[in-house]
Amino acid sequence: MAKKILIADDEQNIVISLEFLMKREGYEVSIASDGDEAARRIRSEKPDLVLLDVMMPKKSGFEVCQEVKSNPELQSVRILMLTAKGRDTEVAKGLALGADAYMTKPFSTKELVERVRSMLAEH
Amino acid sequence: MLSGTVVVAASFAYLLVLFAVAWYGDRRAEQGRSIIANPWTYAMSLAVYCTAWTYFGSVGRAASGGVWFLPIYLGPTLAMSLSWVVLLKMIRISRTYRITSIADFIASRYGKSHLLGGLVTIIAVVGMVPYIALQLKAISSGYSVLTGSDNSGVFPFAAASWFNDGTLYVALTLALFTVLFGARHLDAAERHEGMVAAIAFESVVKLLAFLIVGGFVTWSVYEGFDDIFARAFADPELAALLSLRTASSAGYGGWFALTLLAMLSVIFLPRQFQVTVVENVNEQHLRRATWLFPGYLLLINIFVLPIALGGLLYFGRGTVDPDTFVLSLPLAHGESALALLAFIGGLSAATGMVIVETIAVSTMVCNDLVMPLLLSTERFKRSDHPDLTGLLLGIRRGAIVVVLLLGYLYFRLAGEAYALVSIGLISFAAVAQFAPAMLGGMYWRGGTREGALAGLLAGFVVWAYTLMLPSVAKSGWLDRAFLDQGLFGFDYLRPEQLFGLAGLDSISHALFWSLTANIACYVLVSLARVPTGQEATQATLFVDVFSRGQDAPATFWRGSAQVQDLQPLVARFLGAERARRMFESYARERGVASIAELKPDAGLVQFAETQLAGAIGSASARVMVSSVVQEEPLGLDEVMDILDEASQVRAYSHELEEKSQALEAATAELRAANERLQELDRLKDDFMSSVTHELRTPLTSIRAFSEMLLDDPRIDLKDRKRFLGIIVSETERLTRLVNQVLDMAKIESGHAEWHNTDIDMRELVAHAVETTEQLFRDRGALLELDLPDSAPRLRADRDRLLQVLLNLISNAAKFVPTDAGVARVRLTCDVGQVRVDVTDNGPGIAPEQLGVIFEKFRQGGDERSRPQGTGLGLPISRQIVEHFGGRLWVQSRPGEGATFSFVLPLSPEAGNGPDRAMT
Repeated sequence: MAKKILIADDEQNIVISLEFLMKREGYEVSIASDGDEAARRIRSEKPDLVLLDVMMPKKSGFEVCQEVKSNPELQSVRILMLTAKGRDTEVAKGLALGADAYMTKPFSTKELVERVRSMLAEH
Repeated sequence: MLSGTVVVAASFAYLLVLFAVAWYGDRRAEQGRSIIANPWTYAMSLAVYCTAWTYFGSVGRAASGGVWFLPIYLGPTLAMSLSWVVLLKMIRISRTYRITSIADFIASRYGKSHLLGGLVTIIAVVGMVPYIALQLKAISSGYSVLTGSDNSGVFPFAAASWFNDGTLYVALTLALFTVLFGARHLDAAERHEGMVAAIAFESVVKLLAFLIVGGFVTWSVYEGFDDIFARAFADPELAALLSLRTASSAGYGGWFALTLLAMLSVIFLPRQFQVTVVENVNEQHLRRATWLFPGYLLLINIFVLPIALGGLLYFGRGTVDPDTFVLSLPLAHGESALALLAFIGGLSAATGMVIVETIAVSTMVCNDLVMPLLLSTERFKRSDHPDLTGLLLGIRRGAIVVVLLLGYLYFRLAGEAYALVSIGLISFAAVAQFAPAMLGGMYWRGGTREGALAGLLAGFVVWAYTLMLPSVAKSGWLDRAFLDQGLFGFDYLRPEQLFGLAGLDSISHALFWSLTANIACYVLVSLARVPTGQEATQATLFVDVFSRGQDAPATFWRGSAQVQDLQPLVARFLGAERARRMFESYARERGVASIAELKPDAGLVQFAETQLAGAIGSASARVMVSSVVQEEPLGLDEVMDILDEASQVRAYSHELEEKSQALEAATAELRAANERLQELDRLKDDFMSSVTHELRTPLTSIRAFSEMLLDDPRIDLKDRKRFLGIIVSETERLTRLVNQVLDMAKIESGHAEWHNTDIDMRELVAHAVETTEQLFRDRGALLELDLPDSAPRLRADRDRLLQVLLNLISNAAKFVPTDAGVARVRLTCDVGQVRVDVTDNGPGIAPEQLGVIFEKFRQGGDERSRPQGTGLGLPISRQIVEHFGGRLWVQSRPGEGATFSFVLPLSPEAGNGPDRAMT
């Protein structure tokens, strides 16, 4: 059964590129364009992995991440955070909140695909 | 009636209590636990101002003149509240330079002049003798009223023979007492703690006694204030007393003169100088005394009118001397004990005054009259007598006895002429003569020795001629002819109508002429020549006492002196043991081990002289010190040099202070600037972080799609085209962003170029609308344009204004709802400005968003459908509008669309520019 991936980002073009990449890898893809929608979809769809942008309207990626990690039912959801803010503190904050991995934008598509693959392979 | 024995015994018992208080005060002072070092004692000691004259005489004065007794109390109250700074300065000067009397003060100020000191002393003695006589008179007449020893009434105590006269023994007893109080030992500071304690005690006794008698008269003899005043008003003669018209019978000038007189007296009376200045322990006490003392005066005056009216009502006019009402009213009601208490109160008022006054006067006599005479004998100058302390004490004791005997003599000779109050006023007028030299000395550098001498002399002579001589003549000891016809028959020399000045009472008249002569001579003679070095020195020390006070006083002296010479000199007048202690403590202050190591410098000489000044007066001290040191007199120029130097030092230190303050201010400014910089730095960081984010976002798409296209050749053509389109648009976005960031940076840093031309706003707005119409058509929205018929021209950068308009209109295009969107652009012309409003029917802006949309990278709107934008458009627009002196703002409510508006002022050349001139 194909793994389910949720793409949460408010930048339309980035969503398009990520969707294309993930589908090409054979994953089942759903999309959220703000933090609220992302949290809602994670709860209802329980994806295997979330590509979570930090700077999103309504709810930041950090808040969504915290929500997911504090919910026991969502323990299996992997989170890969994406951010355009490359500061070290952002990375540290994301990891401290329980994100499983972190990548800064612009990312290499190959690395991203590799990372997603390895994260999903762990289970 | 009381028996003489009882009265005498009670009086002696009271004096013994007084002595015990004084002894206790001295003892505590020796133990270093002063009982007078508090403002209450200080204020009570100031109340020595209230003498037997107050105690008995005010009632007499009220009985004859109604409220005419008041100026004597208004004066001090005014003086304390208005001129306490003067008192403070006097205290500071006297403490700093060890000045112990008014005579010494004036002598020291005008170049340590023996002549001046002597003159002041003579004036003080001549002026005070009648006053002391007054106290003796009060005691003796009080005694006779109490014992009824003479039925004839008023002045019965004076027996025919001197040796049988009780008053003489009163005088001698008081002399003995004063010697015991005030001249038991010598003190360089001339302070008498025990005496002050006793005086404060006496002030309390006389106040209580007077209040008790007043209370008795008011509530026991009569039925309260209402009763007394009602009865008084019922009697037309008494009612007249209570009206101010009677009181002003001497004219308002009389009131003024009397108040002024009392003001000067409370400052310059020798006994007031003694308690206020010399005996002052702490300058702070003066503050409290400025209201405590007037409070005391108020209390002691409450019952003056009731007693006076009560006495007049009871005895009727002309039967009993009103001066004795305080005693005779209780006696008449059979209250012997109360009468005795009243007498003790009067006794304490009299003794207090006599003790302090004679101590003060004896200090002057000793230091400013006798010592200079002794010093002028060669034999005395050479130190044949190693210890002169005994001699000094002897002189003082002698002076006390002599002054009191003089008082007695005056009492015998002239005491019959005037009622109590008039004698007191004569003394007050004499004391007022000190005012010009004292006040001038403290506040004017120009006063000279001759000026002070001339002023004092002139004032004194006029006083004697217009006030003293008439009083003697009225006593029948002089031919009265000159009173009525003038001296040598010259009409205009009549002493009480000098130069034809009539219509004033004798006191106001004398005060006017004596002070006029005094001030005129003081000022004119002083101006006649430049002060000498010595005078200038002292003038500076006195006038600038507050600014110099804390530092070592500038020394105006050059020469050499050996401690071996100076110490014995001080020892001669203060005793060997005392002198040794003084020099030792001075040596410790200077940080040397022993007296022998003291440097023979100016400071040492000054120290020795100051110590001596306390004991023998500054002028004598000067003479004595100069006899043992080799000194070179300083000329005025040199003194001025020293003064200059001192003032330069002051100026430098002032400058230094200013600089250090400036430094502090600069530090604070730097700190603030640094904080501002840090804040800017933080803003810059935020900006950079935002820019980075905004740059990375399009880069992310560009990189992702490029890599996908590169890696995967199998992507079909449709996707390929779509991806390339995205790459292009993201590249455009990136370019736009870079341009705008640069634009923003240029405008903010002031490096932007502005190409100003005259702009037709109608044309410009129309052009902007035309350019953006396609955007609205794409969304199926409407764009309305509302232009006025004409618009004034405006001078600005056309491209920049177009940029603003395009930004606002395209924003509206982004936010209007698809298919139902309506936007309206309106141009209006107000007076001196044009206004553009861009209104849309979009979602509106939440109140919390209104402020932030003009911040960089803060895009508004519903983010889900947020259109593409850099977040720099509005900030840049606002910068542009503000550059041309206008304002850009937004009004909106959520759900009701938004209106962005800006106004631009018409610059002058746009209003009347060449274009308009051509049309």
